[in-house]
Amino acid sequence: MAEEVETTGAEKPPGLFASILQNLEKAFGKTVSDVGGVSVLGWDVLRWAIRRPYRLAILFGQLDFVGVGSILIVCLTGSFSGMVFAHQSVRAFQMFNAESLVGPTVALTITRELSPVFTALMVTMRAGSAMCTELGTMRVTEQVDALETMAVNPVQYLLVPRVLAGLTMVPVLAMLFDICGLAGGFFVAVMVQGVSAGTFLNRTQQWLDPEDIAEGLIKAAVFGLTVALIACYKGYHARGGAKGVGQATTDAMVQSALAIFILDYFVGVLLHS
Amino acid sequence: MTDTRTAAPRAPSDEAAARPMIEVIGLHKSFGDHHVLAGIDLAVPEGSTAVILGGSGSGKTVLMKHMIGLLKPDSGKVIVDGEDIVPFGPQELERVRRKFGMVFQGAALFDSMTVYENVSFPLKEHAKKLKEEEVREIVRTKLGIVGLKGVEEKFPADLSGGMRKRVGLARAIVLDPKIVLYDEPTTGLDPITTDYVDEMILDAKRELGVTSVVISHDIASAFKVGDQVAFLSGGVIVEHGPPEQLRRSEQPALKLFLQTWFGKY
Repeated sequence: MAEEVETTGAEKPPGLFASILQNLEKAFGKTVSDVGGVSVLGWDVLRWAIRRPYRLAILFGQLDFVGVGSILIVCLTGSFSGMVFAHQSVRAFQMFNAESLVGPTVALTITRELSPVFTALMVTMRAGSAMCTELGTMRVTEQVDALETMAVNPVQYLLVPRVLAGLTMVPVLAMLFDICGLAGGFFVAVMVQGVSAGTFLNRTQQWLDPEDIAEGLIKAAVFGLTVALIACYKGYHARGGAKGVGQATTDAMVQSALAIFILDYFVGVLLHS
Repeated sequence: MTDTRTAAPRAPSDEAAARPMIEVIGLHKSFGDHHVLAGIDLAVPEGSTAVILGGSGSGKTVLMKHMIGLLKPDSGKVIVDGEDIVPFGPQELERVRRKFGMVFQGAALFDSMTVYENVSFPLKEHAKKLKEEEVREIVRTKLGIVGLKGVEEKFPADLSGGMRKRVGLARAIVLDPKIVLYDEPTTGLDPITTDYVDEMILDAKRELGVTSVVISHDIASAFKVGDQVAFLSGGVIVEHGPPEQLRRSEQPALKLFLQTWFGKY
């Protein structure tokens, strides 16, 4: 820093430390601005969601796109997550002759953690990216301005159905993930690796409480709301043509994934407190 | 809600013609350090066509967006049909916007909808009592006014640039607005299509009696369609009047702008 103060001639490029600090400052400022922007958008969506007219046809279209459209990918992810988790658990518990714990371990991990996190990630990649790109394209081609000039509120028309679809469909898909994950785990543990079916089911029933499933579903709702808001925020405020839309979508995907993992910790702590 | 099937073209009386439908007073707008509009004063009489002429980046689109309430000024007034819309909130602005139709530079058609769905969109939003057959008839009539037939089931991607602009105009006039705004209507079009779009603007005025505001940097079009032309430069209107007055103007920025054009053609 002393070097910089003494410099009087041609401007020197900032040192490595100064450059890292500048980038951190910029990233921090952008994060604060984005968090604020998403929060304000969330409030706007809430205000417009309760006002007439209620656009049920558009809402059902989004429920279909986010929910029904994601069934296959969530089923596949859930099944293979359960299968691989059971496979690894059986190998680990065999070392202690504790294969009876495979069922509850798979069930608790899937319902509490894997289901909400993986479901939200899948919805982010499939539906969040599409939402962001569609809204971004509408923004840069003035279709959003066109809605406003036709006295149609774009938040109510475009964002409310998408956010409601994220909020409601991710928990529904998480339930499906639970079922597929448990079925996959049962198949590998019992059919492939020879754990007793009775032990697997009895121990799972003994350890798995409705609260565990509820915890996963609450997390899924929080993640669904968050990723839909981030996708909508980034797309709705996209600028600068095709490149801007691409950048907005990249930002939306990265920020949604980060938000899922960060919120997973805090919501988990909050629910256990 | 006006019955769009029976609404007669509005022919303003001499007295009404003198009344400004849009009045902009002392409008200032900055984006960061860039002072885009530095005190705009403009009045557009009812039933007339005003063209706002200026180079790229001169603030024409910004001025138009203020007229319809898409942007809030730093200071100044925007009076539409007797009401200052600057202090209006979203709901009041929605009411005011129903007086407008807007044709965008790139048409801004909803690309996931067919031509029919695009043109009928404002009707389905704001004239919900109309039956589907009535909506279909109005859409057919409006598409006829802009010279389009048999395109109802096509998507915007299947249309040429000129056709998209015409569909954009049909959508803009489907609710029989009092005011139609045109954002660079002839940009990017070939001379024949440009001429067609100019005629379309003149037809819309003649047949519907609307007040029109056109922003453009196309001098030939501006002089053809405008009852009055305002030249925007450096954030202010430096010359304003009938086309002939601007043609004879000695204002340096305008003279240079016109010389470039007439020297070229």
